[in-house]
Amino acid sequence: MTAAIELTGITKRFPGVIANDNVNLTVKKGEIHAICGENGAGKSTLMKILYGMQSADEGTMKVYGDVVNFNTPNDAIDRGIGMVHQHFMLADQLTVLENIILGAEPTSGGVIKFKEAEAHLAQVAADYGLTIDPNDMVETLEVGERQRVEIIKVLYRGADILILDEPTAVLVPQEVEALFDNMRELKAAGSTIIFIDHKLDEVLEISDSITVLRHGKTVASMANDGVTAHDLAELMVGSELPTPDTAESTVTDTVALEVQGVTVKAEDGRDVVENINFSIHKGEILGIAGVEGNGQGELIDAIIGTTDVSAGSIDLHGVNITKMSVRKRRELGIGYVPEDRHHEGLMLDSPLWENAALGHQTQAPYGSRWLINRDGARNQTELIKEQFDVRTPNIDVSAHALSGGNQQKLIIGRELTSNPSLLIAAHPTRGIDVGAQAAVWEQIRTARAEGLATLLISADLDELIGLSDTIVVMLRGRLVARLAPEDVTPRDLGAYMTGAATQNTDEAA
Amino acid sequence: MSKFNELPAWLRWPIYALLGILLLTLVQIISDTDRLTRVSTSREMLRWAVPIFLAGLGGLFSERAGVVNIGLEGMVILGMWFGAWGSITYGPWIGLLIGIFGGALGGLLHAIATVTFNVDHIISGVAINILAPAITRYLSDEVWASPTTSPATSTPDRYDLPILGGGTVGGWESPDILQSVAQREWFFVSETAELLRGLTTNLHFVSIVSLLLVPFTSWLIWRTRFGLRLRISGENPNAGEAQGINIVFYKYVGVIISGGLAGLGGAFISTELSGLFQGGNSAGRGFIGLAALIFGNWRPGGVLFGALLFGYVFGLDLKDLDGTASHALLLVNTIVLAGVVVWALARKRISDAVLAGLLGLGAFYWWLSAEAVPGWWSNILPYVLVLLVLVFFAQRLRMPVALGQPYRKGGR
Amino acid sequence: MRRMLFSLAAPVGAFVVTIIISSIALMLFGSNPISAFGDMLGHAAKLETQVDILNRATPLYISAIAAAIGFRMNLFNIGVEGQYLFAFLIAAQVGSLVVLPQVFHILLITTVAVAVGAAYAGIAGVLKVTRGVNEVISTIMLNAIAISGLIAFLQQRWQAEQENFTSTTLGTNPIEESGLIPNINGLLEIFTRDIGQGKELTGMLIVAGVVGFGYHFLLTRMRFGFDLRASGMNPFAARAGGVPPKQMVVAAMVLSGAAAGLIGLVELNEKAKFSPNPIKGLGFAGIAVALLGRNHPAGMIFAALLFAFLDVSAGILQNTQAATKEIVNIMQGIVLLVAVIAYGVTGRIQAREEARATAEALQETEGRVTEGTEVAV
Repeated sequence: MTAAIELTGITKRFPGVIANDNVNLTVKKGEIHAICGENGAGKSTLMKILYGMQSADEGTMKVYGDVVNFNTPNDAIDRGIGMVHQHFMLADQLTVLENIILGAEPTSGGVIKFKEAEAHLAQVAADYGLTIDPNDMVETLEVGERQRVEIIKVLYRGADILILDEPTAVLVPQEVEALFDNMRELKAAGSTIIFIDHKLDEVLEISDSITVLRHGKTVASMANDGVTAHDLAELMVGSELPTPDTAESTVTDTVALEVQGVTVKAEDGRDVVENINFSIHKGEILGIAGVEGNGQGELIDAIIGTTDVSAGSIDLHGVNITKMSVRKRRELGIGYVPEDRHHEGLMLDSPLWENAALGHQTQAPYGSRWLINRDGARNQTELIKEQFDVRTPNIDVSAHALSGGNQQKLIIGRELTSNPSLLIAAHPTRGIDVGAQAAVWEQIRTARAEGLATLLISADLDELIGLSDTIVVMLRGRLVARLAPEDVTPRDLGAYMTGAATQNTDEAA
Repeated sequence: MSKFNELPAWLRWPIYALLGILLLTLVQIISDTDRLTRVSTSREMLRWAVPIFLAGLGGLFSERAGVVNIGLEGMVILGMWFGAWGSITYGPWIGLLIGIFGGALGGLLHAIATVTFNVDHIISGVAINILAPAITRYLSDEVWASPTTSPATSTPDRYDLPILGGGTVGGWESPDILQSVAQREWFFVSETAELLRGLTTNLHFVSIVSLLLVPFTSWLIWRTRFGLRLRISGENPNAGEAQGINIVFYKYVGVIISGGLAGLGGAFISTELSGLFQGGNSAGRGFIGLAALIFGNWRPGGVLFGALLFGYVFGLDLKDLDGTASHALLLVNTIVLAGVVVWALARKRISDAVLAGLLGLGAFYWWLSAEAVPGWWSNILPYVLVLLVLVFFAQRLRMPVALGQPYRKGGR
Repeated sequence: MRRMLFSLAAPVGAFVVTIIISSIALMLFGSNPISAFGDMLGHAAKLETQVDILNRATPLYISAIAAAIGFRMNLFNIGVEGQYLFAFLIAAQVGSLVVLPQVFHILLITTVAVAVGAAYAGIAGVLKVTRGVNEVISTIMLNAIAISGLIAFLQQRWQAEQENFTSTTLGTNPIEESGLIPNINGLLEIFTRDIGQGKELTGMLIVAGVVGFGYHFLLTRMRFGFDLRASGMNPFAARAGGVPPKQMVVAAMVLSGAAAGLIGLVELNEKAKFSPNPIKGLGFAGIAVALLGRNHPAGMIFAALLFAFLDVSAGILQNTQAATKEIVNIMQGIVLLVAVIAYGVTGRIQAREEARATAEALQETEGRVTEGTEVAV
């Protein structure tokens, strides 16, 4: 039997980086084939090449035995390949139907036959057991529904080879189960699925075959038959996966941050953060677990000061900072590692030393109320470069020239070297390689031992459990559980995060 | 109120318009003027509104495709010159086509800069606004030996609509229903008919086309494949690309159509409004068109409504040498602002209510204390109006999500 | 060094392309480009012409800085045009009402101009932060309001109050000598010869120099300048880094308007009043100069000189009939458009180059492949 997909010797270079280095991949028809590898291993690039969004520098691609050469996604679509992107490719202000038919609109003389499209959509949805209202605006949909729209979109165009790029990244464990059920139905209906993931338990649960990439190369390809997570981990990183593990507790009795009754309203007047109470002591790491979009982001914004609170108070070392500007809070010692370093962390086109000064430009050694101290800032940046192992030829290169991990180390470095008394760390190791991840954990732990209070938010539940002294769970803007990391599993956390399990709220507060 | 918002746009805009006419009629009762509802006023309104509308509609095509177009002004100017040159050289009809072509050239330039080379949209627009008058001055000087004016241009004949405007159809002179209604002195109904006559009689070909472009554009944008693909280019181009759509093509087409429409507006100015090409005669209509686009929330009907509103204020001013009609308009302003106060209070937007209240009191005081307003006030009223609309409603407007953002194929 | 060459390549290339395109335009209509450009250069070689060029470059440079202050934080102050004309009018009127000792009189006029420009631009800033009104639209509207409304109104009003109303007294009342910044011919003549033809080198040239230096110091040495640039580079990162976004928008608009207020003083010092036909278009030209000079204090000097040279050349072309003088405006437009495209292209190449060089440097020092495909270009 010919394979559905056969890639041979695929190579793709970007300036300074080889994203894919002689990659081989064979996917049999009707199987679920997982591709795993850590961040930056070249999985997404490979899939973009297979989907015609980028072209390979070298190598051949075969679909059902025919050699193909894709220049645009259209070429791939014509061959029955469809892709569900990690970041949803949906237009919020278009309807579900419009999003789905886009690119394959049934028309007569250029006019869209909406009735016919709707009938076809209903047919596809029924065939695969997926439901959706075609006339909803996409902006009104939940994450899980959006993903369903993405999958239907691909099926609508008759794809029988589906590429799912990290589909579980945005889902909680319970939603992942629903997705896997859908995938099994698709497989039963004859589809071939390529499934990208780096969560090993998920890979082992759903896939028939597994291909592992590391540093842009294929390191193994095997049937899911007697393989263990341990084996996969070793293949992925070349050694055992590190897990964060907090040493003995350094929690003191001194309260650093006290949050009382904090409520934040969204623009439409809804409470997105509702009556939150907690405190963090010096030397303590408080982890907040929660599905994205349940108010964690707004809570951080309220503490750093980029959002106003509508009720409640925030005290830092006994000083009420509720109404203070971001700058004053920064000067009082709040360090901030933002969730998305490109969005809130860096000026990508500015040199590293200016990036290091950002957030601390009013304080020595970077500057003062009126002036910037260029020498001071540069010396400090050199220091960060050494201490935090930021791999860069010099501190004058632009931030965009660094790899993600080094960018993150620079941010962590600039925040920790400014001697903060409170660190807000949102997803501090998201999207960086394993080596950098371990370094970041180590640095946070060292600072904790020196008395730093840390508010940690992470979607990586292992990280959360491994680093935190206390874990609270946030759901729909409220704290719904307070847990000790020693006796909680990621699965338990998932249950609290989705509201499947509950805890007495008095206890949580 | 929410029920009203659910009505389709083609019903909502006429209702707004009727409310506006009712207001004008009422104000006129206690004022020293009847110009607010004269046919000459509405005729001037339309003449002003057409180029504003065409520029605004041009902006709609460009911005729906995600490209900000403040170069509209330059494209209007190009249309003015090319339209004038075409009409002088080849006659009125070809003149209009050449005007469209001239504007489209400006659009093409904007597309090359913004889509292919990813130049910031505002910057490219500013460059085109600097380049366009320079080109037209140079060409004028070379062709007509004067950098600022051309010889007289020619323009197609005007029409009256049959039945509604007493036009002739195949030799048969149809009745003029609106005129007979307008003469009855039925409260509000006659005023409405009188104002409508400005839109049905003595119409320029381009005016008729403009009015027809509203339903046509709505159909094109929301019902056709082209429209859907144009919109995805402005809403989420990467999603469109992932579905195999050639985003660059649709952006180019959108921006070129944009230039063509602005060019038609320019040709209308130089062939119909001023009867010659004259530098500076665009009078910022490209910019006002952009304002009409925003006012109209990126929808064709809204753009027309905005253009007519601005055209009304400009047009009224032309026939209002003693300033009494503009004075009466102050009372209209007061009442509308009072309406905004009520609206804001109902939504518990106190600062809006206070602001509108203060502005309304100011307008009312001015109305009470003066007999007439000076000419400069009507000159700036449309611009003030745009600012006020933005001040009160900017946060309610829904522009295309990816408007103004750079787009690169393959996300790189 | 490489960086320097790179950043010079784009403007030089743009200029060459402009020469080529405008030569074609000239030849299309039967003019000889070589004799036209020759006339322009020959004219510019004269000291008196150079004085004209400097006098023209002065307001262009100030205008460019006004625009650049906004551009540096991605704020588009399209309203420089209205701000400077409005400030010019009010300053001229206030200056004509009083007679003071020279220093105070000049300071008064300058302060009024700066304050009016700042306040008028500030409106757009306040509307943006309090009501979310896009500054491009609001400044365009404010331009129209200032130029076709307020200025027309005040001119009418003040003219109506004047006795013995004649064409020579049009405009505001003349300002006494004490309110005018003296010319700096003397300064120039130290290095050269006497300036003939009654030409005067504007004293505002020194003010422009001070403004340029101030702009440079602000951006590279001052915390406020750092905040400004940070907001322009990444407003979200700046906000998280303690830069107050709303205050910055208002401050940048006000500062930009303050600089804009100075533009009209060049003409004020020359004519001692606001005439009915002041030089218009300096605001838009300033935007062009800022873009051409990449918002860089030195780059904008060259751009302002180039634009001024082209403006002044229009006169000689008209005299010698070598070409239609409007060609100079075309050249300004083309050089701007080609330059912004060229900057975009070289900027991207440079960024890619930098990413590659960085990765290579690391490979050499460490002998290993760096990880991560995230190359944000």
